[in-house]
Amino acid sequence: MNFLSLFVLIPLLMMVGLAIARSMKQIRTVAVVGSTLQLGLAIYTLIKFLMERAAGNTEEMLFQASTMWYEPLNIHYAVGVDGISVTMLLLSAIIVFAGVFASWKIEPLSKEFFLWLILLSIGVFGFFISIDLFTMFMFYEVALIPMYLLIGIWGSGKKNYSAMKLTLMLMGGSALLMLGIIGIYYHSSADGNYTMNLLEIARNNAIPENWQYFLFPLTFVGFGVLGAMFPFHTWSPDGHASAPTAVSMLHAGVLMKLGGYGCFRVAIYLMPFAANELSWIFLILTGISVVYGAFSACVQTDLKYINAYSSVSHCGLVLFAILMLNNTAMTGAVMQMLSHGLMTALFFALIGMIYGRTHTRDIREMGGLMKIMPFLSVCYVIAGLASLGLPGLSGFVAEMTIFVGSFQHSDMFHRVFTIIACCSIVITAVYILRVVGKLLYGKVQNEHHRELTDATWWERLSAVTLIIGVAGLGLFPGWISQLISNSLNVIIERLS
Amino acid sequence: MEYTVIILLLPMAMFLLLGLLDSKLSPRMAGILGTLGMIVCTAVAYTTAYQYFTQPRIDGEFPPVTAINIEWLRFTDFLHIDLGIYLDPISVMMLVVITTVSLMVHIYSLGYMHGEIGFQRYYAFLSLFSMSMLGLVVATNIFQMYIFWELVGVSSYLLIGFYYTKPEAVSASKKAFIVTRFADLGFLIGILILSFYTKTFDFATLTAAPGTIITETAGASFLGCSVAAWALALIFMGGAGKSAMFPLHIWLPDAMEGPTPVSALIHAATMVVAGVYLVARLFPLFCVTPEVLDFITVVGAVTALYAAIVACVQSDIKRVLAFSTISQIAFMMVALGVARDTDLHAGLGYMASMFHLFTHAMFKALLFLGAGAIIHAVHSNEMTAMGGLRKYMPITHITFLIACLAIAGIPPFSGFFSKDEILTAVMNKSLFWGIWMTVVAGLTAFYMFRLYYRIFWWNKPDYSHHTPHEAPLTMTIPLIILAAITCVAGFIPFGEFVSVNGQPYHIHLDPTVATTSIIIALIGISLATWLFLKENKKPGAMADSMRTLYTAAYHRFYIDEIYQFVTHKIIFALICRPIAWFDRHIIDGTMNMLANVTQGVSARIKGLQSGYIQSYAWIFLAGALVIAIITMCCF
Repeated sequence: MNFLSLFVLIPLLMMVGLAIARSMKQIRTVAVVGSTLQLGLAIYTLIKFLMERAAGNTEEMLFQASTMWYEPLNIHYAVGVDGISVTMLLLSAIIVFAGVFASWKIEPLSKEFFLWLILLSIGVFGFFISIDLFTMFMFYEVALIPMYLLIGIWGSGKKNYSAMKLTLMLMGGSALLMLGIIGIYYHSSADGNYTMNLLEIARNNAIPENWQYFLFPLTFVGFGVLGAMFPFHTWSPDGHASAPTAVSMLHAGVLMKLGGYGCFRVAIYLMPFAANELSWIFLILTGISVVYGAFSACVQTDLKYINAYSSVSHCGLVLFAILMLNNTAMTGAVMQMLSHGLMTALFFALIGMIYGRTHTRDIREMGGLMKIMPFLSVCYVIAGLASLGLPGLSGFVAEMTIFVGSFQHSDMFHRVFTIIACCSIVITAVYILRVVGKLLYGKVQNEHHRELTDATWWERLSAVTLIIGVAGLGLFPGWISQLISNSLNVIIERLS
Repeated sequence: MEYTVIILLLPMAMFLLLGLLDSKLSPRMAGILGTLGMIVCTAVAYTTAYQYFTQPRIDGEFPPVTAINIEWLRFTDFLHIDLGIYLDPISVMMLVVITTVSLMVHIYSLGYMHGEIGFQRYYAFLSLFSMSMLGLVVATNIFQMYIFWELVGVSSYLLIGFYYTKPEAVSASKKAFIVTRFADLGFLIGILILSFYTKTFDFATLTAAPGTIITETAGASFLGCSVAAWALALIFMGGAGKSAMFPLHIWLPDAMEGPTPVSALIHAATMVVAGVYLVARLFPLFCVTPEVLDFITVVGAVTALYAAIVACVQSDIKRVLAFSTISQIAFMMVALGVARDTDLHAGLGYMASMFHLFTHAMFKALLFLGAGAIIHAVHSNEMTAMGGLRKYMPITHITFLIACLAIAGIPPFSGFFSKDEILTAVMNKSLFWGIWMTVVAGLTAFYMFRLYYRIFWWNKPDYSHHTPHEAPLTMTIPLIILAAITCVAGFIPFGEFVSVNGQPYHIHLDPTVATTSIIIALIGISLATWLFLKENKKPGAMADSMRTLYTAAYHRFYIDEIYQFVTHKIIFALICRPIAWFDRHIIDGTMNMLANVTQGVSARIKGLQSGYIQSYAWIFLAGALVIAIITMCCF
């Protein structure tokens, strides 16, 4: 059996373990052991991948395996990874690991919570290892459904509304995607041997240009909804605000990345002609996302809304960079996915921890937390600095790669839009420092807050894991950018 | 000179060590560790400088040395960020300035910050700042500079907001960061444009062939200026933000909320001159776009006068010094702006600017540290709480006086020599700006001596609560060292080391300019003596006679209020809020409407699914009848 399948198998076994677990302690043991194994597996995959590449294996996707699943439609369970999926798997494993520790004390129905959470992670891991369109789509759906229950049951605020809204909007995206996938399938080959395999479709290169015009927007918007593309982003603020901590982490950290990943893996890779022709439309939309999200974040008062809008802005930048269709900008986009995943997960983890203590997320009701919970506050400042692009943390390298890459575009229109997107670095600073100033600095607003305690060990572990990721990517970006950029060459070649 | 890398690695290690251990380390230990680290850095910087300037000249100049260059992040085949150490006369000079002042501040803070909560954190931030600033000046490429540029910005943010429970400090730190970030946006766009056309970030490559940018951008223009000029003007915008040039200066006076030694290090001697350094670093490029240099001259001259006028009426001693810093940095900018070509004579301004940067760093750090000692003694920043301090604080008094004489431009103190070179350079270029800057120099003498007399002479306020006393040794020793440097720095043959094309330049004083500037400085000092030596009614009467100007200057000509209006009333109220509203009500409203319509329609038609057999039968019959009738009619 191909070892990539372990990414799906381990969570499945975890679910079995959870189902028979009797006490909180057993539940935690299963969750911790499972997510640690998962993390180990992700690191192992990365190392093995690098070694294979170093050994001169130039195949597009490594560790491929394929099993027939449904003959009439030629659907396979097909797996394989390239440099980008490897980094995405690592990102997901880190966030799941941190998420388990962030939900250490989840109440009520702890067991059920972890069951759904792990199911969600199956969807995520499965999505990143699949190279068969249908399997990919199926895993995508597996990741979406648990979200409804997780928010609806363990959420806060107007959770029913939010859960419904999020699920319906994302399902709307899936509907477009489904159409797109069917369309691609029926044009996947010129001789009638239709296939769902991404690599084969790309090799056949048989999708007629007029069909690309139709299918590209379908798939791009389908995935774009998940990537919080303007104007289909409104599920994000409500969804994040109502979701419990670990779900927000996983959702903003990994699930939104599925959108970006899908956009270039499916929409751009398979339909390069339409991508070249139509990218300007989406460039405008995503360009708006970047600035619009940042401006909206400036006036929010709920911590989670601020970060949700900030995600709209940052994820907008991911799609924006992908649409630049050159290697540097797309490398930047993938790095931005990693960076945004890690730092937003950190943000949501910290917000959850702060909310768990103060029982409010309104920045007007809090202040001076630095004195009361120094550890959490320092972590928050680090997350903030990463978000506003401080060199040495992940945000900077990702954004700069995007800006430099986008500005190399030979077309004036693209360069002007790059300058507009650049403006977000100032607006980001405004809303981040506003929150840091109000929440952490200044005088203690609420006298009851003085008795609150600082982070516990599991919270520290969760935050530190993510900070290591953020700082690691920020300090040593060279190798990872090389890894991504090499994998992108295939896509870039198809585009030209 | 690979060993120079220590000056980056050691403070970095110190930052991590002090930052991570924090309160596990005793304050004393943290202070000593930080200071020791800085001593080593200073030693390394001096060794580097010695070794660099004693190497043989090649074609009359000291050849630049790239000690280390490591590729950090590759964008494209020709664009990559390298981290490295580039030594040339100005970067070596900056290394000496930064490590000296930083070391003085490290020692001084042992006394000044004694007993403060967060002492360890303070030293950690100081180390972070030193590392970033040193990394900025030794940058081998413009992107490395940008990286460290952002890092000094953050260190400055953290240090201004050191007293984070104080709302003023918090808002000042926020303001400083956001204003400079706005300027950095210009810097970034400038870098993007520049690298797009020249295909490189590397300083050496950029400055070796400055004409490339012109030939590459030939034909491209925007709003009447060439793209090359735009790129450089935008880069200058970054420099103007960091160096607090009008109208981006508003953050610097507020930044005085930080601890005073920090103001001395960051907001007087090192970080705020980064903008000047940036222009100097790219000077050959600026030379090919003279319109940008003219622009720099105008910005500098306006800033110099503006800040000098405001400094004359401020009552907070640190604010006076802050505006004085703005004005003096503007002198350096003007000097760069009037310099042309790489010819020694036309490029005199370049040397003068760097010389003034050097001397100013020393005496301004001295002034700030002196002000710190005074604030330490009287527990207030306001002039009204001071007066007659010369008896209580003799060392502070003498050293402060030396610094005042230096900044006023009285020989033989260092400021005289460097300011004189600047005035000569400006005079050579244009008489108008020459006179303008001479007037500013006179104002400088006036406001500095106003400050000096108000602190040390004037009339004693009531000191009965606590008698002011001289600062401890850890604070006075740095004062004495800096004062000594101020006394002798003017005699350094600066032009031998630093000049626009690297050729040795022998500094000689222009007698006319020198005499004029001494006379005008003396006038300024006499006027201040007449007004402020003893407590009297003259200053009040004078202020009354020009009330409007006085009030306007006191409120810094309402520039802050204008910014306040633009950011709050326009950007916040007219952009952010409407966008947030639009998002919630229009975009989200559409989504909700779709849902509601679906729900509404289903509510209407769900009555059909009543579950009663009778109604189904009726509808069935009625339907069948209708179809039957239609069929009959048709056939």
